[in-house]
Order: sequence, then structure tokens, then C-alpha cells
Amino acid sequence: MPEAIRFALAIAAKDIRAELRSKTALLSALVFAALVLVVFNFARDPTVLAASDLAPSVLWVTFALAAIVALNRAFNIERENAALDGLLLAPVSREALFVGKMLANLAFVGTVELVTLPLFTLFFNVNLGRALPGILGVTALATIGFVAVGTIFSAMAVRTRFAELMLPVLLLPFMVPPLIGAVQVTSRLLAARPLSEMWGWVRLLALYDIVFVTLCVLTFSAVVDE
Amino acid sequence: MNASNAALEPARRLVRRGLTLSLLGLVGLAGVYVLALGFTPIEARQGLAQKIFYLHVPAAWSALLAFSLVGLASILYLWLRDPRLDRFAAASANAGVAFSAVMLTTGPIWAKPIWGTWWTWDARLTLTLFLFLLFVGYLALRAAVHDPSERARFSAVVGILGMLLVPFIHLSVYLFRTLHPQPIVLKPSAPSLPPEMLRTLLISFTVFTVLYLGFVMTRYGLMLAEELQEEARDAA
Amino acid sequence: MPSHDGAFLLEARGLHRSFGRVRILHGIDLSLGPGEALAVIGPNGAGKTTLLRLLAGLMRPTAGEVRLLGQPLGRGNHHARRAVGFLSHQSLLYDDLTLLENLTLAARLYLLERPVEVARTALDAAGLADRAGELPRRLSRGLIQRAALARSTLHDPRVLLLDEPFTGLDAMASSRLRDDLQARLSKGLGLVLVTHNLSDAWELASRLAVLIHGRWAADEPRSGTLEAFLPRYQRLAGA
Repeated sequence: MPEAIRFALAIAAKDIRAELRSKTALLSALVFAALVLVVFNFARDPTVLAASDLAPSVLWVTFALAAIVALNRAFNIERENAALDGLLLAPVSREALFVGKMLANLAFVGTVELVTLPLFTLFFNVNLGRALPGILGVTALATIGFVAVGTIFSAMAVRTRFAELMLPVLLLPFMVPPLIGAVQVTSRLLAARPLSEMWGWVRLLALYDIVFVTLCVLTFSAVVDE
Repeated sequence: MNASNAALEPARRLVRRGLTLSLLGLVGLAGVYVLALGFTPIEARQGLAQKIFYLHVPAAWSALLAFSLVGLASILYLWLRDPRLDRFAAASANAGVAFSAVMLTTGPIWAKPIWGTWWTWDARLTLTLFLFLLFVGYLALRAAVHDPSERARFSAVVGILGMLLVPFIHLSVYLFRTLHPQPIVLKPSAPSLPPEMLRTLLISFTVFTVLYLGFVMTRYGLMLAEELQEEARDAA
Repeated sequence: MPSHDGAFLLEARGLHRSFGRVRILHGIDLSLGPGEALAVIGPNGAGKTTLLRLLAGLMRPTAGEVRLLGQPLGRGNHHARRAVGFLSHQSLLYDDLTLLENLTLAARLYLLERPVEVARTALDAAGLADRAGELPRRLSRGLIQRAALARSTLHDPRVLLLDEPFTGLDAMASSRLRDDLQARLSKGLGLVLVTHNLSDAWELASRLAVLIHGRWAADEPRSGTLEAFLPRYQRLAGA
């Protein structure tokens, strides 16, 4: 296995192990997601708005907010004991370091999403049925995009005084295209529309991922190299 | 100890020139007002309220220009690491946030009489809203990072990422509109503009560009002066 | 400069570090051979930590070059970092991972074969075998520094960079660290030690360099006693 991949996996594994031990960020994100779902449910008037109209937006807003909670932890862990220096001293590229961090974040945000989804179908009485594979697919596609940008922004935000505020301020505009695309595709999937109606959005999501993952990988060095 | 007058002179010169240009721009702006209200025909369908178009469009354009230059300066900064590029990017962002704020306040003023609503998600307003949010984020990050070298690097990355976000916002809005056609068709920038309207519009574009340059120069000069003062204080 | 075949472990030529007009380091040159221990001393704000971070590849110089075993440190040449180890007053350990897990991670970061074995061996050598399953937050400062030293040397670096490593250590732990470093020096390791407290480093150093306002004010072999050197140092620092 090429060095860079071994390195990235080692970093991702380390993040996951550390988080499983402390569990703080993961639990906060899950609780947060559940709360958001509950609030949405009570905030709407079921006689006016059918669940199916609102469902995709509720799902994705929940995913987005929970992702921000999860992403905040990404570089927080590296602040203790100057651990980030330990990663920067290693004889591997900054790009591999970024990929490792991104993989760990994908694992966290993905976990939160996988737990939130059944809760969502439960609270909103939505039948995913045959739309499930498609929904999993679009979730993966959209998540990759905003986790990439979220990872690099969290590396910057952690160096500021109000890190938890800085990250959403920077990240939210970047989450909009993936969110819009995801909501559009999700709502069509739930309505069992043909693929041709969502293809444009899927392409947008894929293009976003390609452009921003590449950009973030390339600019990460400028963030961590002093 | 403060920086000597001689040391501050280049910064002061920039500020003076910038203020002059800005003043010129503001005078020009007043001229555009007069031109638009007095010497340009009233648009048949939208009436008097359409005139805000002569401010609305160039302001949005200036915000976009400001942002593109932030992006460009950011790329050049990461390559050349010249602090002047970073200073220019910050100055441009300051100009951009002002222009986009202007646009976001004039936009609803225009929309209300024409469409009966304060806000529409039309392409230009939406884009300018995003530019505004990106500028605010950019400036907030700059305010939160104290080390100048780190601040420059971080801003540059945000500038580059932001510059590439803009086409995606545009694409999203476009895709959305083709699938959800709005009941009201919006075509203020139709090519079939009578020559007086075109003339006023072009003059307005020029005025806004002058305003942009004046603003950026002034801000750049002020930032430079501040840095020189700090240096002098540290050296003491 | 000690005489050897001229193959320096670590070399720096014309190192500058500044942003815009603010200069931190002005044209620093440095060379380090095997078995040499260079103590870099100077008042706060002189640029010592900056210099060390430049030598470790954690910071980019504005101008100039650092070479590790002849390889230039810089963009795209991350392999060169293999030759250097870094020990600071921060442990670089993760509080949520055990000592063994921390060192295994370090072994993986350095792309070593059989990382768990390497980690165990390093912990044994540091006398921490019985603490392998403990979390750093349960350990005393002295033990943490021992673990940090083990972490920074498990990939067998040729050069060790130390940033105020004696901070917070009691007399016994300091003495143990000094012995550890001395043993490595005699095996051919090169050392650059940054400290503001000369008495910690005096015995260890083979050379002394004084950094004042980003420039070398002195660079000479260690000789005589600390008491004799101090007044000279105070004069240089006060200037």
C-alpha cells in the first residue's frame, strides 16, 4: 500500500479510536440531531403541510447542523499537547494528512447520518422503501463535499478564539449547493420520480465534490505549514 | 514612539488619492441619480421604480468584481507570498462588503413596488447575498487571527475556495429556475435597451468602478499606515 | 567547528524568517555534525523557537535553506523529515490514547514496519513497559517527558531538536533526561537544544550559540565553567 494511504488510514484510525474512547463529540452530534428532528416535528402544523413536502428539507437541515457539531472536533483534538506538530513532523505529505482527517470526519458525520435516518423515518412517518439506496447514495455524495470544506475550515477555525462560531460562519455558504442538490434529489427519490429528473442535480453534486476535494487537498498545506 | 512622518508618507499619499477618487465617484453617483431620474426615459412596464436598476446592477457587478479580485490576489499571494497582495485582498473585501450591502438594501426597495414582495430569489440578488456572506466570513476570519502571516494564509485559502463557490451558487440557482420557472419573468438586462438607458447604465458602471478603486485605495492606505505605526511601536 | 569528514547532519544557510517588514531571523547559518550538541540560548523573543521550528520543517523560511543529511527541507521533500526528531515542553501525545497506542501511532506515522513491536521496544527502553496501557493524563510530568522522548526517537533520527525540554522536570527527571541524551550523543546523534536556562544544558552542550534579536551574537565551543560564562552572556543579552 502506498505510504500516503497507510499514513492517511493511520490518522483516520487514530481519530476514530480517540473519539470512541471519549465519545463526547459523537454523542453531542447525535443528541443534537434528535433534538432538531423533534423541534421540526412540533413546529409544523400537520394539517397544513404534509410530512412528505417538508421531509427532505428537514432531513438535510438536520444533517447539516449535526455535521457542523461533528466537524468542530476535527482539529480540536490536535490542540492538546501540540499533537498537530507530531503529525506535521512525520515524513509524509500534507495532502495525505488532509485525506486522513477528511476520512475520519466522513466516518463521524456518516455515523451521525446513519443513526439520524431511521429516527427521521420514525418521527416523520416516511416510508423510504425503494428510495433507500438512492438516498444513501445522495447522502454520501453531498456529505463528501461539505466534509472536505468543513475539514479545512475547522483547521483554520481552531486557531481562532471563537472557533465554534467561526466554523459555521465560514462553512454555511459552502454547504448551500450540496444541500440544495441533496434536497432536490431526495425529494424526487421519495416521490419515486424517474432518474432523468434528478440527473442534473446529481451531476452538480459530483462536480462540487471533485472541485472542492481537489482544492482543499491542494490548499491544506497553506493552512498548516507556517 | 510613533512612526515618523516621512515613513508614513506613502500610506498618506495613497489615502489622499483614494479619498479623492472616492469623492469623485460619489459626485459621479449623484450625477447618475440626476441622469437616471431626469434624463432617462421611464420604462414602460415597471415604471419609475425601475430606475433603481441603474444602481442595482452596477453595485452587484462591483461586488462581483471585488470578490474576483480577492480570489485572484489570494492565488497570487499563496504563490508569491507578497504581503501587499494580502493587503490588497483585504481592502477589496472591505469594498465588496460595502457594495454588496448596498445592493442588498436597494434590491428589496426595487422588488417591492414591482413584484409586491421585499425579497425574491432571483439570480442576481441570491448571488449578491452569497457574496455578502462570503465577505463577512472572510473579514470575520481576518479579525479573529492575530498573526499577520497566518492571517494572510488563511484568508487566501478562503478567498480561493470562495471564488470557486460562486459558479456553483450560480449553477444551483440556474438549475432551480429551469425546473421551477418563476411566475414573474425578470429581464431587466435585456439586450433591447434603448440607447439612453444603455448610456445611463454604462455611465453608472464607470462611476461604480471609480468608487471601487477609490475605496480600495483608501482602505489599502489606511491598512498600510496602521502596519507602519505598529512596526514603529514594536521597534521602540 | 569539530573536524570530521565534512558530512553534516544538519545545515542551515542564510535562514531568514519575516513577514513583510517584521524580521524575526536575519541570515542564520548553522551546521551540526554527529555527536555534537549545540545549545542555543538567548533572551525571550530572540527567535530561538522560530529557529528550531524552521530546522524541524514545521515552518517555512522566508529565505535560505535547511538541509538534513544533505537533503533540502521543503515543499515536496517530506521524506527528508525522517532524519529529525523533535522534543518540546509539549508532549505531542493524545490524552485519549494509551502510551502504547500513542507510540504505535508514531511508528505508523513514520511508516515503520511492525509498529506495535517498535512501540513496545521503545517503551521498554524508556522504562515505561509497566505503564504502556495508561493514559497520559494519569502520568507525572517526568514520565510524560520520558514517553515524549521515546516517541520522538523511535524512528531512529540522526538529529534531535529540543525546545526547552527540561521545563517542569524535577532534579531526578532532569538528570535522567540528560543521561538519556548523553547516551544518544555518544552513538553519533546530533543535538540542537534551545533553552533559556543554561544550567540545565551546560553539561550536555559541546557548543554554545547565543541568539539575540534574530542574529548570532556568539558561537563557540563550550569551555570553562558556567559561572565564568554567565557574566559574558548577561552582557550580550543586555546589549
